[in-house]
Amino acid sequence: MSCTVSMTVNGKTVSREVEERTLLVAFLREHLGLTGTHVGCDTSQCGACVVLVDGRSVKSCTALAVQANGTEVTTIEGLAAADGTLHPMQAAFREHHGLQCGFCTPGMVMSAVDLVRDNPNPTEAEIREGLEGNICRCTGYHNIVKAVKAGAEAMAGAQPAPVAAE
Amino acid sequence: MANPNGIGASVRRREDQRFLTGRGNYTDDFKRPNMTHAVHVRSPYAHARILGIDFTDAAAMPGVVAVLTGADMEADKVGSLPCGWQIHSKDGSPMKEPPHYPLARDRVRYVGDAVAVVIAETREQARDAAEMVVVNYEELPAVGSSTRAIAGGAPLVHDDAPDNVCYDWHLGDQAAVDAAFANAAHVAKIDLVNQRLVPNAMEPRAAMGEYDQSSGEYTLTTTSQNPHVTRLLMGAFVLGIPEHKLRVVAPDVGGGFGSKIFHYGEEAVVTWAARKVGRPVKWTADRSESFLTDAHGRDHVSHAELAMDADGNFLALRVSTLANLGAYLSTFAPSIPTYLYATLLAGQYKTPAIYAEVKAVFTNTSPVDAYRGAGRPEACYLIERLVDVAAGVMGMDKTEIRRRNFVPKEAMPYQTPVALQYDTGDFAKNLDIALPLVDYPGFQQRRAESKARGKLRGIGFATYIEACGIAPSNVAGALGARAGLYECAEVRFHPTGSVTVFTGSHSHGQGHETTFAQIVADRFGIPIENVEIVHGDTNKIPFGMGTYGSRSLAVGGSALVKAMDKVERKAKKIAAHMLEAAETDIEVKDGRFTVAGTDKSLGIGDIALQAYVPHNFPLDELEPGLDEQAFYDPKNFTYPNGCHVCEVEIDPDTGVTTIVSFAAVDDFGNVINPLIVEGQVHGGLVQGIGQALYENCVYDEESGQLVTGSYMDYCMPRADDVPSFTVRYHEDQPCTHNPLGVKGCGEAGTIGAAAAVMNAVVDALSDYGVTHMDMPATPEKVWRTIRDATPAPTPAMAAE
Repeated sequence: MSCTVSMTVNGKTVSREVEERTLLVAFLREHLGLTGTHVGCDTSQCGACVVLVDGRSVKSCTALAVQANGTEVTTIEGLAAADGTLHPMQAAFREHHGLQCGFCTPGMVMSAVDLVRDNPNPTEAEIREGLEGNICRCTGYHNIVKAVKAGAEAMAGAQPAPVAAE
Repeated sequence: MANPNGIGASVRRREDQRFLTGRGNYTDDFKRPNMTHAVHVRSPYAHARILGIDFTDAAAMPGVVAVLTGADMEADKVGSLPCGWQIHSKDGSPMKEPPHYPLARDRVRYVGDAVAVVIAETREQARDAAEMVVVNYEELPAVGSSTRAIAGGAPLVHDDAPDNVCYDWHLGDQAAVDAAFANAAHVAKIDLVNQRLVPNAMEPRAAMGEYDQSSGEYTLTTTSQNPHVTRLLMGAFVLGIPEHKLRVVAPDVGGGFGSKIFHYGEEAVVTWAARKVGRPVKWTADRSESFLTDAHGRDHVSHAELAMDADGNFLALRVSTLANLGAYLSTFAPSIPTYLYATLLAGQYKTPAIYAEVKAVFTNTSPVDAYRGAGRPEACYLIERLVDVAAGVMGMDKTEIRRRNFVPKEAMPYQTPVALQYDTGDFAKNLDIALPLVDYPGFQQRRAESKARGKLRGIGFATYIEACGIAPSNVAGALGARAGLYECAEVRFHPTGSVTVFTGSHSHGQGHETTFAQIVADRFGIPIENVEIVHGDTNKIPFGMGTYGSRSLAVGGSALVKAMDKVERKAKKIAAHMLEAAETDIEVKDGRFTVAGTDKSLGIGDIALQAYVPHNFPLDELEPGLDEQAFYDPKNFTYPNGCHVCEVEIDPDTGVTTIVSFAAVDDFGNVINPLIVEGQVHGGLVQGIGQALYENCVYDEESGQLVTGSYMDYCMPRADDVPSFTVRYHEDQPCTHNPLGVKGCGEAGTIGAAAAVMNAVVDALSDYGVTHMDMPATPEKVWRTIRDATPAPTPAMAAE
């Protein structure tokens, strides 16, 4: 059985015929070719697949594409400004070496953006708790925490954040 | 003038731009026209005979292209996955090396053993059809642990491996050790388990096979740490494809930690199947498959004894270890509990006599091989736990007993009684730097404060030394390695002065694209933007050995320096010609070639242009071009070393252990990029902490079922489980035998951390009479230990 799903992804309206069981992450990766969103587990634990749906972080391996019908989705590909300027959170991850192999990074950055939206000035403990749903095997989290702190400060100081969904 | 992006600078990583914008290229991201998807049918039993496979219904499912089994592979004469290291037992007999087919033929030997592969138009269709494959199994009794494997009458995993023993190996001077124990004033003993772990790189393994019918060439794109090794093993031993017709590409790889060193059956299956179905075939593991089929790590059961004189000087160490190798020999499995473990049992101590016995056994569990540290964390954990027990026996301070037994830096180079020769190291200095970081003198007061709040506080020390960059090849070969252990590099200057470097090292998170470029920029005085680092493609790079064992910089970086030396030698000749000077009069600094005592000089870019447009060029003496290649085979291992200190607080009501502080002091020799090095340490520490407090791969002993098969059951350390770290390093003791003076930093954190944490946990529980606890120190285990203990008032308690 197939159905039509339509949504706005990174500011662009898309519409595709998909099997009903298609997961949002499969829709993004396989149907739209947005392979920045990753799949690291099959139990909704690792957070590599986190995207923003209507501005809120969602594990896209745990949502059906049809559930995102009519929403605005932002993936890691849509976070930087149109001219390529990195989002303050992306820039902070680079500056503080908050990534190594890069596989968990898209989900980690998207979660961090949502975390800061809820809590613009998080403490280290709040950052650690807020990222509890994202597993990183490389960094030991030390530099991710530093990056999120710096990213939050930069976001507070930044002019309108260049996130389409925000 | 120092290059701002040269050696020693914390250059921000160049690879980050693509990773941060979702433009990384991981194996599963690749899509080819007409591509099919493979899903494996795997055994639900740990041990069973395959009586028949019926895939009639599966083959009729929508989108199914083919269903292939071990019989198809056998008909095509596909071989067994080879093992890259041969160990000989005490009696001289070679290890048992049973065949390991990519798809099982008559028997399955662990849960997850692949028996068939379904290839379909989409992954979902392949998965649906795989559910319809009916395999008729006759279940056999299974062996789920190493202790069960050697129990009398245990079922045999392989009929030709009696008692399930792969090898029974030893190292060291048994007679000298026995004599030392006979004269010892004190003996410390320990029994411990170094539990099995699942490496859990965040990118699950994946492989895509392609076959070009016009050229007869195969391409395998795979999540590998060393594509050339995979090409050699798969081409020569499994599929019989000559190397000039087989390209292996390891693109962006999402972490490895050892688990992606090995040649896995799925790689052979998709490559072979691509030709069979005439279309590209891609397989990507889901996490459940990763748990079942990635090579696991550790899994030792050990007994150790340390003999001491009346003053606490170590006289001899005796170790007996039972190592679980799983159902089949993974690529480097036999070397891990032997030459990467027992050779490290001297640690940082001048123990004059050491004897180690290692019995390695087959079980009906996933194969076990290198996982970050690979043998060295097991050695460090054993020594450092035993030294803490010894401190207790002697009534000595834990830092004092270590300091007393350190190999002094004046003794370097130091020949250990277990084969290695340490080149440099100042172990006392590491400790001296660490102690103020953790305010060791203030610990007793902090402990009392914790106690006043009803909490238990402990401090743990671990010193470690590791051997990185396994080498030289001829020595490794004599010890059973079936591969070379060199590395290659090619430095290709382009006419306009930019550089492409081709390295056999492989980056899967380590940041080589930055670090290696820094080395080149530094040497030639050019902007780092003008240097491109290429790796991970056997069609582009010379034969490289890849990245594992913290070898990239020490071995791959040295090859790079050798290639740059060649470039510079040639450039000097060209410069001499262009400047009409004698070659001996040319001085080279930061990529400028100057006639000594004059202002006549050329930059490397001027020379590169002349090398490719050789109008003013010594053509009778030199070939045009500026493109040099080098292979580097190290003279010795490198020996990173350090001291880790962990302080914990335990809540006796819940058993929860909290790491209050963690300091790591390391000697990595010279450091190229401090930012990246510190990042490697942080990540390593958390993998060690993960082993100490959280992670445990559990098989049911009798059924051989994997009990911890997902992140719901296998506890990965998360951001709120671990602290921030205090990390220091010093560069006083550079490696003496490689040109960069580097030692390697990738595994250090993992090697030291588990022992430091467990020593702290046991210290915190010392008032309860606890002298040892096996990892992981989960809240339940700690709580039960406290509940079951009868606290006896110790002097420390009495004083409070």
